[in-house]
Formats: sequence, structure tokens, C-alpha cells
Amino acid sequence: MLNKSSAGFKFGFQILAIVAALIFTTVVMLLAKAPPLEAYKLIFTGSVGSIGKISDVIVAWIPLLLATSGLLLTFAAGLWNIGIEGQITLGAIFTTWALRLLQDTSLSPTLIILIGFLAGILGGMIWASLTGLLKIYGGVNEIFGGLGLNFVATALTIWLIFGPWKRPGVGSMSGTVPFDNLLWLPQVEGLRMSWWSLGVGLIGIVIVYLILQGTYFGLRLKAVGKNGRAAFVIGIPTGKYMMSAFFICGAFAGLAGATQVLAVYHRLIPSISSGYGFLGLMVAMLINYQALWAAPVALFFAALNIGSIQLPIVLKLDSTLSGVLQGALVLFVLMMDGVRRRLTAKKVK
Amino acid sequence: MDNNTLVGLAGILASAAPVVFAAIGETITERAGITNLSINGLILLTAMAGFATSVTTGSLLLGFLVGALIGAFVSLIVAFSSIALKQSQVAVGFVLALMSRDLSYFLGNPYMGLSGPRVPSLPIPVLADIPVVGVLFFRQDILVYSSYILIAVAYIFVFKTRPGLMLQGIGEQPATAYVRGANVNRLRYIYTIIGGALVGMAGPMYSLSVKVGWKGTITGLDGIGWIALAITIFGGWNPLRAAFGAYLFVLLQWLGLVLQPSLPNIPSQVLQVAPFPLMILTLLLVNIGNSEWVDRTLAGLPEEVRRLIAKVLRAMRTTPPAALGIPFENE
Repeated sequence: MLNKSSAGFKFGFQILAIVAALIFTTVVMLLAKAPPLEAYKLIFTGSVGSIGKISDVIVAWIPLLLATSGLLLTFAAGLWNIGIEGQITLGAIFTTWALRLLQDTSLSPTLIILIGFLAGILGGMIWASLTGLLKIYGGVNEIFGGLGLNFVATALTIWLIFGPWKRPGVGSMSGTVPFDNLLWLPQVEGLRMSWWSLGVGLIGIVIVYLILQGTYFGLRLKAVGKNGRAAFVIGIPTGKYMMSAFFICGAFAGLAGATQVLAVYHRLIPSISSGYGFLGLMVAMLINYQALWAAPVALFFAALNIGSIQLPIVLKLDSTLSGVLQGALVLFVLMMDGVRRRLTAKKVK
Repeated sequence: MDNNTLVGLAGILASAAPVVFAAIGETITERAGITNLSINGLILLTAMAGFATSVTTGSLLLGFLVGALIGAFVSLIVAFSSIALKQSQVAVGFVLALMSRDLSYFLGNPYMGLSGPRVPSLPIPVLADIPVVGVLFFRQDILVYSSYILIAVAYIFVFKTRPGLMLQGIGEQPATAYVRGANVNRLRYIYTIIGGALVGMAGPMYSLSVKVGWKGTITGLDGIGWIALAITIFGGWNPLRAAFGAYLFVLLQWLGLVLQPSLPNIPSQVLQVAPFPLMILTLLLVNIGNSEWVDRTLAGLPEEVRRLIAKVLRAMRTTPPAALGIPFENE
């Protein structure tokens, strides 16, 4: 007889959800007359098939992990920070801005890179604070404030690329003029990844884990998220805590944007956020907002993203297949969790 | 008014038709107490599926039917996850929004750039010949006429009929509605499905009429659903006001295009998003009257000024259905 409240029971349902997601994605591929096994194999070899590929996965993992880390704090405060895409974008814009201002000065490249990071953090925080102010003082739901600001951030990027920061001659969708090699975050010989940004990403998630698990601030943040009214009644300034969550999440998002500029693209491009903000929301949901799981699951999602790049090249399939699989995983895990709760609830009665 | 402007304005009525469908569909769903956040992806998925169906079968009607069915089914998942599985509506809706979008790009790949059927224009005899009004309203296609009818029917249904009152009841005070004999959760299923089907019509309205064809990521439909959700709030969950919001949004986009040549320094992509900051501003205006600090600040002002501001705020302010997003349990 199975104990329905046991960890094993829960685990079983999660496995079931993963199997369901795989079946769903396979059916989708069959609908598109695509060979499922070959596609899965391509995604696998495309992500871990060589050192170069693994390094690419890590390059994608860092901004995703940073975004997820920040989101864990806004989720803890009960906030849906959909505006994170715009916050990443503003981080990238501010980093680019700082680098453009300082690149011709006599400052040392190391210092400029450092200022670039700080500028990115500032950009993300400013953009996040807009959503926060709209929410707390304007009564505008953070989902809609954030979404609107995402579109504004994209427009701002495109305006900069085609306007004030355009390449000599005519602006192009390929972005601004790349920065000098000296202003690149040092990369591992022959690979695209950088130990420095990897360090930033890992320290980020550890900080978030510690804030949520081991501080009064984290505890109170969770109280605000669980029951804002009750938290307010016992004397927690809920508005202030929500604003702090937005600020910290914005800082993480800005950091993600800064790494996109300093370590990946070395310039500002139109889709600089690469969708890592929305993907971070998915990761956070999938891990049920538990910081402990953020790193491995974000790594897996990054691997799916990188692996699926091979699909259009080899099989003429759209690379959004990874998004379908990621979405199916989150959807089925949420639904299976509901099914499990229903079964356990019945047993108690 | 010269003819060009008139044709331009008629174009606004036509391009707004899908937005009207999506915003009113979402209005009905939210009136019942369910937030369906999936509609941005849903519009893309149904645009692709409707187009693919019509290209394959040659039937426009089937395209719209498939769109409505997909819309209804995906929305059913949101309702089921919320009502039966007690999961967050926002979470499930958001995942479905992203997943439907990716599905549309993945499955729509073979249909990219194909030429397909288009809903024919259908001028209404006699009415179409009325000066100005005829060009503006009555030389459109059947979809635009349907959007006029939908606005009227939805408004009358919600505010003037008995089932409409019940719909308001299950969104405002489900417990009371339950005591009065309404099967709250069954009605929520029904209205989520109806609302979803209306949203599902919006996709094919784009791919078979307003922006014919399927062009993948450059189809330019990504974002419309989020706008429709904002319009639902702007519209204060009133179909008439939602329709007004839809027209306003499309008018702003059109102005962006018209003004483009006179503002050569601003890239077109920037003007296209101009409605978004304005949308945030309007959301701020309709919501700010609900904030406590506004009441407190106003209390310190001289009586006459206070009354005037309070009056303006009250006129603009909208409040959501009281039970929006809150699961109902009949015990």
C-alpha cells in the first residue's frame, strides 16, 4: 500500500509529469511529420556533444540563472515580475552606455568592466522600481505594468541601435559597434564561456538561497507573499518589502543584461534579453520556487535551448521545439501536482 | 473629410475587429472570476492553425471553427487547472501563453509565406452608399460586422439579461450566487470556454483577413494578446468600454504609421510601441483612484479641489470583479 503523503508518492507524480511532457512533445513532432528520436538525439548532442557545446550551454545558463535567482525573491513576496525581460534589457543598455562613455578614457579596462557591471545593475533596478512604484502607489497590477515596460524597453533598444548609437553609416539589426577586445570579460581559451561570469551567476544564486533561508528579511518577505494583509497587521511594512524585492530582482536582471553585453555579444543587439526573463519565470514555477533546484533546472533549460539550435540546421525544424518541451514540462508538473493534491485530500476525508 | 482619411479610419475599424473579439472574450471570462492569461499565445496559435486549416481545406469557415475550438480547449485547461486542480490561474495561463506561441512557430513552419484564402469584402446594399458612414462602417467584411454585433450582444447580455446578472454574480459574490442556485464552477467553465472561443476567433481574423498569411515570428502578432488583457482592465470589465479601448489602441497604432514620414528620425519600431506607454498611463489613471494614499492626500486638500479631483478619479476608475482569480468552493 502506497503512503499517499510520502515523498516517494510526490516524486512518482513528478516523473509521471515528465513522461507526459515527453509524450506531448513527441506527438507534436509527429504532427509536424518530424522524426522525434532524431530530434531528441540532436538536442542532446547539440548541448553536451562537445566541450564547445557545453561551454555554450554555460554561456546561456548564467543569465538564465541570474534571472531565476532574482525572480525567486519577487515570487517570495507574492509578485509576478513579468517585467523582468525589460529589466534585463535596461541592464544591457546601461552597461553599453557606461562602456561607450568610458572606452576612450584612460581608465583601465578592468575598472571599465567593473563600472559596466554596476551600471547594468543600476539599469535593472531603475526599470524594476518603475513596475514597483506603479504597483504599490498606482494600483497597476505588476503583470501589466511590467509587460508594458517590456515593450518600451525593446523600443528603447531599437531606437538606440538605429539612432544615437548606430554604426557608422547606417544602423542595422545586428546591433551597435562591437567593443574592443580589452573590454570583453576574459574568456576561457578557445571557448565562449567566461569563468568570471560563471562566478557571478553561482554567487548570485547562493546569495538568494541564503537570503530566503537564513535571514529575517527573507522570512518577512515570505510573510508578505503568503498573506500581505496579515503581515501588514503584525507590523511589516509590506510596501517597503515589495519594493525591496523589486529592487533586488531588478539588480539580478540588470546583472544578467550586463553579462549579455560584457561576456556574450560585446555590443547591444535588438533582442539582447534573449527571452531569459520569461524562461526564468518558467524555471521558477517548475521548481516550485525552491532556490535549491534553481541551478540544475536552469542548466537543463539552457541545454535544451542550445541543443535545439541544431534543429533548423539539420532537420529544417523550428528551434521553438525547446520552448514547447519546456512549456509542457511546467504545465504537466503543475497539473500533476494538482492531481496528487486532490488524491491526498480525498484520503484525509 | 477627404477620402484617404476616411478609408484609413475604415481600416481602423477593420483592424480593430480581432482586438474587439479578444478583449470581449477575456472580459466575459474575467466577469466569471477566471483570469485567462494565455490569450497572447492563443491568438498566435489560432492564427497559425486557422490559416493552415484554410490553406489545406480551402474552407474559410473551417479555419475559424478550428480557431474557436483551439481557443475553447486551451482556455478549458486554464479553468480545469484552477477549478479542479487548484493551481494558480496566472501560472498556468502564463505557461500556456508561452507554449502556445512556441507551438505556433514550430507547427506553422511549413505554412510560412504560403498564400491563402482571404475573407471577401461584403458591402451592405443601400447602407454602403450612404456618404461617409457607408464608407466607414458598411464596406467591410463579415468579420467587422460580427464585431459590431458582438459588442452589442455582449453588452446587452452582461447588463440586461438574467443569465448576464448571474454571470456578474459568480464573479462578484460567488457564495451568494451559489445560494441562489447557480452552479458557480460549472458556469465558470462555460464562460471560460465561450470567452476562449471568442479569443480563438481573433487569430484567424488576423491570418485570414487583417494580416493575411502566416509569417512566423515576423507575423507581428506577438503582443496583441497582452494588449487585449490590458484593454480588458481599461474597459472596466464592460464590453462597451473594452471595445472603445480596442479602437483607441488601433487608432494610436495607425497614427504611429501615418506620422512616420514626418518623423524620419524615429524608427518605425518605436512608433509602433507608442501605444504601450500610453496603455500603462491609462491603467494608472483607471487604477489610481483605488489607492489608499490618494484618499489620504486628497483629505488634506481644500474641499472644492478635493471634490473635483475625486470626481474625475471616480469617473475613470475601474474595479475588477471582486472574486476575480479566487477559486470557489461550495461548502
